[in-house]
Amino acid sequence: MTRRIIPEAIAREPWSLLLPLLALNTFGAAVLYSAAGSSLQPWALMHEARFFVFLTMAFIISRFPRDWFKQAAYPIYGGVLILLFIVEATGKISGGSQRWINLGFMQLQPSELMKPAMVLALARFYDALPPGMTRNWRALLSAGALVGVPALLVMAQPDLGTGLAICAGAAVVLFLAGLPTLWFVAAGSALTVMVPVAYTFLLKPYQQGRVTIFLDPESDPLGKGYHITQSKIAIGSGGFWGKGFGNGSQSHLEYLPEAHTDFAFATMAEEWGILGGIFVLAVFLWVYRWGFRVARQAPDRFSSLLAGGATFTIFFYMAINMLMVMGLAPVVGIPLPWISYGGSALMTNMICIGVLMAVHRWNRRSGSLLS
Amino acid sequence: MLGEPKHVSSGTLANSFDRRSFIVSGLQTGVGVLLAARMVWIGVVQNDKYATLAESNRVNLTLLPPRRGAILDRNNAQLASNRVEFRIDIIPERITDTDATIAELTSLLRFDAVQTQDLRDRLDKAHGYQPIEVVAGLEPREYDRVLVRLPDMPGVVAKQGYTRSYPTGPSVAHLIGYVGPPTARDYEKEKNPLLLTPGFKLGKDGLEKFYEPLLRGEPGAQRVEVTASGKFVRDLEHRDDVPGKAIRLTIDGPLQDYASRRIGLESAAVVVIDCHTGGLLACCSMPAFDPNAFAGGIGRLQWKMLNEDDHIPLLNKAMRGLYPPGSTMKPMASLALQQHGVDPDERINCPGGYRLGNRFFRCDAVHGSVDMRRAIEVSCNTYFWAMAHRVGYDAIAPVAKLLGLGQEFDLPGTAQRYGTVPDAAWKMRRYKQQWSAADSLNASIGQGYVSVSPLQLAVMTARIASGKNLQPSLIYGHEKPPGPPLPFTPEQLAVTHDGMFRVVNGNGTGGGSRIDIGGIKMAGKTGTAQVRALVTRGHFGDWKSRDHALFVCYAPADAPRYAMAVVVEHGTFGARAAAPIAKDVMTFLFDPDAALARLHELEKAWGGTPVQRMASKYRSFVSQYGTSAPKVGDEETVKETIKKADNPEPPPEAQSAPATTPPEEPQGAQGPVSSPGTAPVAASSAAAAPPVPATGTPQ
Repeated sequence: MTRRIIPEAIAREPWSLLLPLLALNTFGAAVLYSAAGSSLQPWALMHEARFFVFLTMAFIISRFPRDWFKQAAYPIYGGVLILLFIVEATGKISGGSQRWINLGFMQLQPSELMKPAMVLALARFYDALPPGMTRNWRALLSAGALVGVPALLVMAQPDLGTGLAICAGAAVVLFLAGLPTLWFVAAGSALTVMVPVAYTFLLKPYQQGRVTIFLDPESDPLGKGYHITQSKIAIGSGGFWGKGFGNGSQSHLEYLPEAHTDFAFATMAEEWGILGGIFVLAVFLWVYRWGFRVARQAPDRFSSLLAGGATFTIFFYMAINMLMVMGLAPVVGIPLPWISYGGSALMTNMICIGVLMAVHRWNRRSGSLLS
Repeated sequence: MLGEPKHVSSGTLANSFDRRSFIVSGLQTGVGVLLAARMVWIGVVQNDKYATLAESNRVNLTLLPPRRGAILDRNNAQLASNRVEFRIDIIPERITDTDATIAELTSLLRFDAVQTQDLRDRLDKAHGYQPIEVVAGLEPREYDRVLVRLPDMPGVVAKQGYTRSYPTGPSVAHLIGYVGPPTARDYEKEKNPLLLTPGFKLGKDGLEKFYEPLLRGEPGAQRVEVTASGKFVRDLEHRDDVPGKAIRLTIDGPLQDYASRRIGLESAAVVVIDCHTGGLLACCSMPAFDPNAFAGGIGRLQWKMLNEDDHIPLLNKAMRGLYPPGSTMKPMASLALQQHGVDPDERINCPGGYRLGNRFFRCDAVHGSVDMRRAIEVSCNTYFWAMAHRVGYDAIAPVAKLLGLGQEFDLPGTAQRYGTVPDAAWKMRRYKQQWSAADSLNASIGQGYVSVSPLQLAVMTARIASGKNLQPSLIYGHEKPPGPPLPFTPEQLAVTHDGMFRVVNGNGTGGGSRIDIGGIKMAGKTGTAQVRALVTRGHFGDWKSRDHALFVCYAPADAPRYAMAVVVEHGTFGARAAAPIAKDVMTFLFDPDAALARLHELEKAWGGTPVQRMASKYRSFVSQYGTSAPKVGDEETVKETIKKADNPEPPPEAQSAPATTPPEEPQGAQGPVSSPGTAPVAASSAAAAPPVPATGTPQ
């Protein structure tokens, strides 16, 4: 049996999750290698190296016991919130909208950290909440405050994409926590009404442009619609089989903007075609399936909410990014995890993976207890 | 919702979690399917469309303007050629920040305020993708300086290409015309993408315009891979241009240049014709513009300079200037008289004038008894009045026409005006008046209603000199066969030749222009045509009311090879202003070194060659007016202004203007005398738009 050949500690790890992720990240590194003109520098090598750094981090996260997670939930949330305040304050002082803290090997965006921290805090909140209070609107007020303060802070930076991601992640945790469906329907309706109002009064002109242009990118193909138009050209011209590794003209001749970050998927699709796109999509869907299975098998409410929220956080990145590069969503600065170059987003997603691995461990332990 | 249990326990919450997690999973799968479908839609269904778009992003097709066919003189010397140059253009449509781009360019190219203003003017007039020349003929070092900054200046194009070059500049301006960037209207007409290619020029005037289809050639093409910022990556395909065909003219390039320069500070035309073939050897009109400077568009100060010059540099005086021929008509008249039976040896007494009815037409001297030869030699009006009265003017006008006066010649690519050889029918048609005897007298000495162009005078002289009905031509190798033989006997021609010989070599009016180069002598005839501009354009003072000076001649006198006509606008006397030019130009044909030595001496006094004089004038304009000159209109306005310089026939009311004093030749002059009997006559001056009445002017 395999357990005899491979040591128990290694065989126990969730390789069915990690190996596809490694493949996806390596594929991303290959795309970045091509985008840099067949060079490991400056992106590909760093991209792969970061993956292993963050994988190590994920392993460490997965080793923490459930009680520690529960106890640390609020302190972590509070710490990240303080970081957010610091960034906001220094940004104000330096006169620009600075969103990051320089860590040397990468620039850390506290708003990124807030996504898993938010999921953690909400899971803790609803775990501690007596079941009978779940559908009480007073409980919602506290949860709303937990979500609202950081979300508004991030949006004020202004970073609309990340702000929405935080809210979406939180909404899914609330949904999974069993809040009345009516509330979500009502909130959804209110949002539909609010969107035009928010568009007019809350968004800065450049954000407004991003929103409207996705509806009709050809109206300004050289201006605001340029990103979407060029991205669609990259994907569309790649066809089913792609132009071949290193042959993407859209990325290499710099027609595609942000070819190694937000629009890395288009860079990939131009050279690898729909085939490459299906592979990326398949890995992501596999990760979500795995994540929700872990969530459903979780031994308690905290673990299941945590795993569900973490899974959805990963999903939100992918969904928004891919909808954007294919011209189905406005241009928001959200990268595609494991493909796009960028430390913060990768870290967030690997934290989520670490959290899923932790819950997976707790499942096995409780499972072994049951058996 | 309503169906959800009122009591909530951890169990119901766990159930709810399971249910809802499937909903969220389903949502995720749905998004996944949507994305996959979208990918297939873009990448498979619309693949063709996007592949084309990607390709048109990647590949940049540039047309390479073809090398324009050269214009050569009879010895294959280049009158218009192509020069390799570095140039900078702007494509207005692609510019993002006009002010920043202009600021950047002007500092890179070290433009002064005037140059910057001219660039702004050109940009203001630009439409869409029509390229605008910033500068041409750059030094490689300056070019490199712009090249480096190119990625930061979208819409700016730097190119190495060919440009039209006229080595002798203004000397050939009116003959050849000039080229310029295509206008929006040109593009409308042709819809040829070549017209939008930076550096492409098309013929705007003269031969350059007429022979455009021949001269243009086929553009080359270059397919290059470019980055989004327009940076060149690599050549994909390259097709060479097919140069345009060369045109070889009958013009003698050095002669053309010499004659143009010899005109000096005068406003004049010189036409030289080959007496063997009828080919035009020179066709000069000065002052002129520099066609090299016109190629990129005309600047404000250049335009002001050309526009304010009372010598009308924009008018081709050789073909479109009309002048009363004055006494240069007399050799022609002598042939007409002989044809109608006048014995050349018959003598007429000149008492200093001629009485017609109760009016007395004054000759400029008391010539005593003159025969036909003598009458030509001393330019005796009395003789020609008397004889014309005898045979009738109707005998003279057809000969004038036969010899080329009042005729338009078949010279493709030129714009001629044919002037007037008046007769009774013409006057009735034009002025609803009867032809009078006084009209006959005036017309027979080349005054009154007669107006001809220098080209016609040269043709007339060539026909008289050769005795052949020569047809002028401009394209080498396509000389036209002579027309029907002229109805003059060699004896009749000899009388006229003899008279013209004596004008120069005898005791005649043209004695100052005598030449003797190894036995080669010249025969000619002076002319002074009165111009009295009643209304002058602007405030040019005296110059405008001075007489036109004319001289026609041929050489060698015994075996005519070259015939020439010189017209100096307001040059006073033919012998003083026109004959010396003719003498030097003729000398150039037989002894170029001597003629050049004389020219160099003259040019020292004039302030250099025409190009140098124009340059110094431009500099003085720059310091005087700076950027205050008014804007140049579009091409249509420019054309309109040129047309205005080309005055129309004088209006009829001018005809009733009073006649005045006839001026005198210096030789045998008696000073101005009023001639009460002279009929009112009109002559249209080339330069002066307003009516210009003149009286019979003997010389």
